[in-house]
This record gives sequence, C-alpha cells and structure tokens, in this order.
Amino acid sequence: MSFDVARVRKDFPIFEREVNGHPLVYLDSANTSQKPVQVLDVMRAHQEKHNGNVSRSVHTLGTESTELYEGARAKVAAFIGAGSTDEIVFTKNSTEAINLVAHAAGQLLKLGPGDEVVISEMEHHSNLVPWQLLCERTGATLRWFGITDEGRLDESALNALVNERTKLVSVVHMSNVLGTINDVSALVARARQVGALVMLDCSQSVPHFPVDVRELGVDFIAFTGHKMLGPTGIGVLWGRYELLATMPPFLAGGSMIETVAMGKTTFAAPPARFEAGTPPITEAIGLGAAVDYLTGLGMENIHRHEQEITRYALEQLSAVPGVRIYGPVKPEGRGGTVSFGVDGVHPHDVGQILDALGVEVRVGHHCARPVCVRFGVPAMTRASFYLYTTTDEIDALARGLDQVRKVFG
Amino acid sequence: MMLDGLYQDIILDHYKHPHGRGLREPFDGEAHHVNPTCGDEITVRVTADLADISYDGLGCSISQASASVLHELLQGKDRAAVAEIHHAFVELMQSRGQVEPDEDVLGDGIAFAGVAKFPARVKCALLPWMAFKDAAARAGVEVGASPEVKA
Repeated sequence: MSFDVARVRKDFPIFEREVNGHPLVYLDSANTSQKPVQVLDVMRAHQEKHNGNVSRSVHTLGTESTELYEGARAKVAAFIGAGSTDEIVFTKNSTEAINLVAHAAGQLLKLGPGDEVVISEMEHHSNLVPWQLLCERTGATLRWFGITDEGRLDESALNALVNERTKLVSVVHMSNVLGTINDVSALVARARQVGALVMLDCSQSVPHFPVDVRELGVDFIAFTGHKMLGPTGIGVLWGRYELLATMPPFLAGGSMIETVAMGKTTFAAPPARFEAGTPPITEAIGLGAAVDYLTGLGMENIHRHEQEITRYALEQLSAVPGVRIYGPVKPEGRGGTVSFGVDGVHPHDVGQILDALGVEVRVGHHCARPVCVRFGVPAMTRASFYLYTTTDEIDALARGLDQVRKVFG
Repeated sequence: MMLDGLYQDIILDHYKHPHGRGLREPFDGEAHHVNPTCGDEITVRVTADLADISYDGLGCSISQASASVLHELLQGKDRAAVAEIHHAFVELMQSRGQVEPDEDVLGDGIAFAGVAKFPARVKCALLPWMAFKDAAARAGVEVGASPEVKA
C-alpha cells in the first residue's frame, strides 16, 4: 500500500494556515502532534450527543459514555498488543504513568538502601526525576547508562550496571532529542536474569512505529495521546496484569474503590484501581479515534514514510555549512527527530529566525538537560517529523538555516 | 513578524563584540541567574560603589547583547542614575512595544524596543538585568523594586 502524504495532509485543518506570512511548516511533532478532523469530529460528537459520566450512571448517556470510554481502552490495547484490555490504565500523560509506577511499583518492591534503580542519561526529565525522588524516599541508589559519541545507549557495562541489586530498570524507547531507537533486547534479557522489572518510556515510539509489548518483553510502558494525533490530557500506562494486580493504588478517591467504610477501604481491580476520579473521558475517546486513524494508515507505512523523510533531512542538514547533528547520522536505528547545532548561533536565535519563515522547530534542552550536557551544549535546535511531513518542508528548513547564517554571518 | 525589529544591528554588534565581558575581582555582590526553559545563564558581579560591573554567561544573542548594553549603560554611574536606567529598561521590556524609549536614558538599550514585541524573548533580555539587581542588592545597593516578569 502506498502512502499518500498529500492526502494525509488534507485531514489536518491546521495546514491551511500561514505563520508570519508563510505556509506553516510544522517540524515539532515530537513536542506535540497536529490533529486530524477524524479525531476532532469524534470528540465534538461525543460532547454534543453522548456526554455523561462513566462507570457509575444507570442512564442512557452514562452508558453510552462508558461504552465509548471502554471502547477506546480496547482500541489502545489492540494497538500495542496488550494481553488484555485490563492492562491499559488511562492517565493524564506519560509523566503521570511513570510517576504511578515509581510510587506503586516502588512500594510493591519494598525498595530500601542497597537496592538499585537503573535509568539512562538519555531520559526525558519525566523518566528521570520520578526515579530520583523514589530513591530519595527509599534510600535506594539511582544508576544510569551513559550515551556513546554516536548517540546510542552505552551498554558496554550492562552486566555491572544491571546486577543482583537492581530492582527496576526504566529507559527511553526512542530518544526525544537524539532520535535514537533503543534496541532493548539485551537489557531486557539481563534484567530477567537478575529479576528486575523493566519499564520503557514509549512516548516517542508508540506514535511512530509498530510497538508490541509482548515482543518487547517488558513489564510497563508509558506513552501519551497528544503526540499520536490525540488530544492533550490523556496518557497510557500499560502494565503486565499480574503486576498491576499486586500494586497498591497511586491516587485515591472515587472510582478506584471496591468497598469504603469509615475505617477501611478495599480497592478495585486494575485498571480502575489506578484511575481515581472522573477520567478525561472525551480525551480518551479522542485517543481511540487517533488509534483508528493510525491503524487505518498502517504503522508500518507511517514508519517507512518517516524513515524516508529522516534520510532526506539528514542529507540536507549535513549539507548546510556549520550544522552539527547530535545523534545517529544515518536513518538506521533512529526515528524522525533530529537535533542539531548551528555553529556560532544560539538555538533560540535559530528558532526565532525559522519562525519568522513559518518553520516551527523546538529549541532549548528539550526537557532532557543531561543529554545536552553530554554533548557539551546548553541547548539544541530540534526538527521532528511525522506522517504528514514532506520533503518540501525539509527544504524550507534548509533554506531557513541559510537565512540564519546570513543574519548571524 | 518582522525580524528586523528583533535583530537590530545594534543588538547583533553587542552580541558579536560584547562590552566588558568576563568576571573580575574584587567585587562585593554576585548573582547567578538561569532561564530554566532554555538553559541560558549569566553571572553578574558588582562593586558596592558600582564602579565595576562584570559578567559572563551563555545564551542567545538577545540575552548576551543585553548584558553588554547593561555594562555600557550602568558601569560607573551613581545609584540614582542606575536605578533610573534599570527602571526604564524593565518598563520598556514589559511594554509589549507600547512605550517609546528615551535614548538619552537608555542609549543602545533602545534597540530592545523590538524585543518587547516578542513575549517569548522578553525573559532573555531581562535575564542580565535581574541578575544585576540581585548582585547589587548583595553588595548593599538597592536599584528598585522587583518587576513581575511574565513569560
């Protein structure tokens, strides 16, 4: 099946607008993706026709809302190959999903001094700070993988780093800065050897290529709706059911209970145990529509398109004098997120001039400051692609960088 | 958006050829400020008589040029003059482009009038000025009330 990017773009109303007098060139999808009408329509229709609260109403609207909300859960479960729908916990975002595990699994593991949690230098702050805090609370030790000069996870000390003291390993599946896709098979095998749990931050992978949790062989993954054509305010924690079933609650309140008495409460089974309070219902349904849209196009096709765009972008950026790419310089083993520096020009200035030309990129430390420190820079400029990105947009970026060099030359 | 308003030649000149850059001794007050969203940072040192203002930093053209202009405008002035210029610069940056800057007070600082129209960059321009204010306070010199910096 061929992938028709021009047709895909027609589904995204935002591409009709201009920015600063130029056609919008949106190269910031790793930050948040744009939304197709198919998602927007489903969310609006839900509010207009079916709105009611979920899991508690006897009336028709509440029943319809519950069916749609649970239907979204089933779509997400199928999308990532979950063993059952009950393995999908809806959260606010990836950050909340990771914090949930850091609290609930942290308690389950009874972490204490002498225990170790392993992360990497490549993490977004959301997969770093929760583990720092967990270690501070429990006295466990935080350790981490480094990054090689090529921008890969440095697994040279794998057996020393993941050892009999390791209780949990949590690393990023695809770097939000370097674009690196981490092959975690060796890491997972080693973790299994020593009996450690494994969590993957899939915020940048699930939106862009096929992810099957059973193939990965991990215990938890986290990802977020707004990076995969869905709305903000909805994220996902997937966990192996037998683990979720033994974990204590994270947030407490309505919907997560079995029986409440004044002295003592018992808790619902997963996923309800981890969804306290009224959930983001419309947002979950919107995410379900996004999953339908992505599935309709085919994740393999989307990935192939992004690989082609990434190959082209790496070639074009390498040809701009003074541009240095951070991370893998070939499309193999990486996704469509490319960070770079322009010699002698601060990323804020690069981003400002590109914006004046309608080219929207992200600049700064990308919520992954240790990655910037690893490569010796305070900030980077990042262009990130998605299913709607075209080679014309890459050309606009390259022309913009020529303009940057003119202003600061 | 007209970039010419942002990247005035005066600003680019200060960025490429900064005045008074580099940390010097002796000093009576020092402050290190960071912009957590972009990682820009600056350290400012002042003597209690304001005869020397030295600085060093990492950052975009706007923040670094602003530090250079600050040095040029405030170095060697008395407390009252420093307070007046500081107030005028902060007011200009918070004006969203609605204030006509007074060149007699702000000198090259008037080039930042265009920056005020870019809300995301106002923080960059103010970074050295806020660090200076804290450094001066630590040296026992008050140069005015804290402005409310809106990102």
